Amino acid sequence: MIKRALVVIGGGPAGLCAAKIAAEAGQPVLLIDRNPYLGGQLIKQTHMFFGSEKQYAKTRGFQIARNFLAELEQASQLVEIWTDATVVGLYPDFVVTVYRHNQYLKVQAEAIIVATGASEKVLAFENNDLPGIYGAGAVQTLMNVYGVKPGHQVVMVGSGNIGLIVSYQLLQAGVEVVCILEAAPTIGGYKVHASKLRRLGVEIYTSRTIKKALGKEAVEKIITVALDEKWQEIPGSEREFAVDAVCIAVGLTPLTNVLGMMGVKMKYVSELGGLVPMTNDYYETSIPHLFVCGDAAGIEEASSAIVEGNLAGLAACYKLGKSHPHHQKLVADYQEQLRILREGPFGVKIRQGLAKLGGLEDVK
Amino acid sequence: MLNKDGVPSLDQIKTCFPNLESLQKPKAIIECYEEIPCNPCSTSCPFKAIYIGPNINKRPQVDFNKCTGCGVCVYSCPGLAISVAQLVGKEVRFKISYEFLPLPQVGEIWTAINRSGQMIGKAKIEKVTLTKVQDKTALIQVLVDSSLLYDFITVGKKI
Repeated sequence: MIKRALVVIGGGPAGLCAAKIAAEAGQPVLLIDRNPYLGGQLIKQTHMFFGSEKQYAKTRGFQIARNFLAELEQASQLVEIWTDATVVGLYPDFVVTVYRHNQYLKVQAEAIIVATGASEKVLAFENNDLPGIYGAGAVQTLMNVYGVKPGHQVVMVGSGNIGLIVSYQLLQAGVEVVCILEAAPTIGGYKVHASKLRRLGVEIYTSRTIKKALGKEAVEKIITVALDEKWQEIPGSEREFAVDAVCIAVGLTPLTNVLGMMGVKMKYVSELGGLVPMTNDYYETSIPHLFVCGDAAGIEEASSAIVEGNLAGLAACYKLGKSHPHHQKLVADYQEQLRILREGPFGVKIRQGLAKLGGLEDVK
Repeated sequence: MLNKDGVPSLDQIKTCFPNLESLQKPKAIIECYEEIPCNPCSTSCPFKAIYIGPNINKRPQVDFNKCTGCGVCVYSCPGLAISVAQLVGKEVRFKISYEFLPLPQVGEIWTAINRSGQMIGKAKIEKVTLTKVQDKTALIQVLVDSSLLYDFITVGKKI
């Protein structure tokens, strides 16, 4: 049995920040990620981030990941990194089982931070399994990690920030974005993103969704339909678009499977993307010494994941008796950052979701 | 409608502009119509001409007396929502952000595009800057007819 005091599962923005601040506190940490590289979704983000300087606003996502990795390297004597390593089990006695390089490994941890992120929601429509129909994450991976165009004429389904940002990136890659479909009556994401696309000639159709895809070997065209205020299809409003790719960006759901194995208290909160673990203010779950942060704790922007990762990292170190020298001050600052990030109109849904979820009392 | 198709109304657009007298000098036009948690325009301004305050969800306020139209906020805005405008005789000089290749070249004429993506005239490329600090967001300076003051937003393609 391998023994490691602190294990962080997931090397995206939340996990990287959790590991980083733990190292800063002098706490050795094992960071595990199933991908061959760290950074999570950050490495595909070619746009400048929003937020304030504290969340690296104005810096492009992939650059934020590079900066984090450089900082982790500085602390390499305290941070052990396992990439290409998939956590396959989490047990009540704090044993983490990992599949890595054809080996099944067992790690005995004292504290665990789960930062597994999210998975994409899918959309049910006829022929949604035709080749050429992708999730937005796959499109970004193909384009921005491997430099492969996912198609030539793409329809984007969903106008949240992911749908809008990926549409812009498709245009930058020289792909035609035929249109953006949004089932809701208004655009979901930031209007600055929408305006950026509109001026480039991309039409955004609200109250319209995809009805079916058609094609022999792969998608060749799609049928869309308008929706009324009760989200019912309006007969006769069908419109066809010739496409060779469809990109689905209809939201994310927290990836909480390993937390489920531990039996942490969870609640279904649609505003936070689905089944989410309950935590106290320090991101500790109903099981002491088991923390969760980032999208796995409820879907929000990456800037919030960065802050939550720091909070969970600080709290885990505190619990392990290795408090960061500026623990109190940092916790207060990160909590204030989160409050501000969630304060505006785009935070309403998150605030409602968190109110529904309810917090746990701090476990002493 | 901004909420439905991403296109602001003329009334909305005009709220972002100073009076025509002020526009004799270059001024930042910030088209940030909704409250989002973001403040790089404010923190990047060398002249402290853009105020957001501690609640970063608040919309930016430009002090046109302090704004020199330098253009730093134009490429610092993650939403590419800022341009600089200046009236120059019968033309307007715009500084816009641009993130596509190939970049326009000085002296070329490109199509002038409005907020709905339609061609509305011609834009003369005066200057193209892309320094390291701009981090891949180019700053394009163009001249367009002054009648396009509230319509022009970007350049489309080379004519």
